Amino acid sequence: MERKILLKNIAVPGIRTFEVFRSTGGYRSVEKALKTMSPDEVVEEVKKSGLRGRGGAGFPAGMKWSFIDKKSNKPRYLICNADESEPGTFKDRYLMEKIPHLLIEGMICSCYALGAKTGYIYVRGEYKYIIGILNEAIREAYANGFLGNNILGSSYSLDIHVHSGAGAYICGEETAMIESLEGKRGNPRIKPPFPAVVGLYGGPTVVNNVETLANIGFIVNHGGTEYARYGSGKSTGTKLISACGNINNPGVYEIELGLSVRQFLYDEQYCGGIKNSKELKAVIAGGSSVPILPKELILQNATGEERLFTYESLADGGFVSGTMLGSGGFIVYDEDACIVRNTWNLARFYHHESCGQCSPCREGTGWMENVLHRIENGQGRTKDIDLLVSIAAKIEGNTICPLGDAAAWPVASAIRHFRHEFEEHVLHPERCGH
Amino acid sequence: MWSSYHDIVLRFYKRMLDKKINHPLHEKKNKVVCFSDTTMEKVQKIIARYPEGRQKSALLPLLHIAQEEFEGYLSVDVMDYIAELLSIQPIEVYEVATFYSQYYLDPVGKNVIEICRTGPCAICGGEKMQEYVEQRLNIKTGETTPDGLFTLKAVECLGACGSAPVMQINTEFHEFLTKEKIDQILDELTLKAKEEKPEKSLWKEKFF
Repeated sequence: MERKILLKNIAVPGIRTFEVFRSTGGYRSVEKALKTMSPDEVVEEVKKSGLRGRGGAGFPAGMKWSFIDKKSNKPRYLICNADESEPGTFKDRYLMEKIPHLLIEGMICSCYALGAKTGYIYVRGEYKYIIGILNEAIREAYANGFLGNNILGSSYSLDIHVHSGAGAYICGEETAMIESLEGKRGNPRIKPPFPAVVGLYGGPTVVNNVETLANIGFIVNHGGTEYARYGSGKSTGTKLISACGNINNPGVYEIELGLSVRQFLYDEQYCGGIKNSKELKAVIAGGSSVPILPKELILQNATGEERLFTYESLADGGFVSGTMLGSGGFIVYDEDACIVRNTWNLARFYHHESCGQCSPCREGTGWMENVLHRIENGQGRTKDIDLLVSIAAKIEGNTICPLGDAAAWPVASAIRHFRHEFEEHVLHPERCGH
Repeated sequence: MWSSYHDIVLRFYKRMLDKKINHPLHEKKNKVVCFSDTTMEKVQKIIARYPEGRQKSALLPLLHIAQEEFEGYLSVDVMDYIAELLSIQPIEVYEVATFYSQYYLDPVGKNVIEICRTGPCAICGGEKMQEYVEQRLNIKTGETTPDGLFTLKAVECLGACGSAPVMQINTEFHEFLTKEKIDQILDELTLKAKEEKPEKSLWKEKFF
């Protein structure tokens, strides 16, 4: 049976407006939290829910909240990370476009739990029309007394503002986002101190993904234990998966964690199989940064067990034969896709998006792009393949932020699983039709 | 041997001096720029969203508005004006304007076409669509048509992979691109350009 938390009311006409959203039970969690719960109790429920960060890293949200420095006398902030720029990911855009009040509701409860008086939604600059939708939702929330001074007659006051980025993937990294929000270049900060101690304007700050925050309303309403009944094992709740590539039904789907990858890929109510009745070749399961897996390893793991949509199952086998759930950007490649060309394309992306702060990433991403371009254009040498592996290994783990790792993994995994294709490109470049 | 080395060095410096340093950031035309009164009102409201003394935070939104209000790109004069407005150093504006890809430092056409070139779009035919737009406008990616109507840019993931291939024109999304669809969009924009007030979604309106 299909159970939904986030997109349950997505089909209700006019759900984007406050009135309709409220009539479906929206903002009840704000009333409950402000009137009957203490901030610590909200944090406790989120901890119990087992909710993990939906932006990609999968860090437990409740634990992240509990790191907030309570001794600091500076104002606390909550930043909603809506800088969704990971290739293959478009779930937050969908959520904000269709049901923006779900995010605002979640943010109010979260800000209350954290003791933040100001919240910012950092939206990527490309989503200009979303900024309009969010501002309208915020305006409605103010007008109905859910934002502003003394919310619902309590002593709690909160302001939420929308802030726009301007086209930089790196600003999805939390400390780069803070820098950007302060009006600077998006260069990630060295950690520690973590944002929970020294964040925006030096105050304790929590940065959470849109989808993570959208779940908070349900957790407050029904309790963390109820939320944990959804999902499977340590991967609790539901997850928005944005499916794209060579499939019949691209789009955003809310699945309960624990669904099998095979079912998601071939079932009519999800991806509906490969387009034009072609064969599956490979899948990037969680946004372009996670390792690509060939057909044999995405449907089942190395020991033959069915691969499921959980943080654990997708990571099974480590990076030798596994991948990550990541941000839920599910990119499917059919038999005609050229892995070398695709890897070069992604390497170019990371080279373009590297902020230039750490030399391994700044230089390494450029070299990976150049070498892959050479192979793709038929001028590759056999030793280039090992050269790529070596560059990737030298970037990984040697940079301030995870962009270096994110750039290295796609290249390293493509060579790990499709080495023969790279060799073929070097030896017989004319055979590839791309 | 010494003299030949000397010659090389001399020649190098001569070449450096001959070469005119030509970068948009170095060309200040001392043009007077100023937001209109209605925009200024909105700008003040945006600045008020950030704590006292943190007005620099408004830099990114303000640059979007400035770019839209002043000829579609950020000239030195515009950037200096924003610096003055936020009481920060001009260099603080330059370093931000050069970092983010949505700020243009060179003049652009009336309509900026940003076509996605990243993985998911590429496997769904994005590369062919890019070629087609180039062919149709008879320019290469990065160039502006001679009539100043269109600038074509290839950008990284626009976050609309489920409707690939996609492009954005003046930050409006156009999805599931086909050759026919591109023809239609470009024809419409060419027609609209002749009207006095082309419909456009504006940053300064989206912020409220």
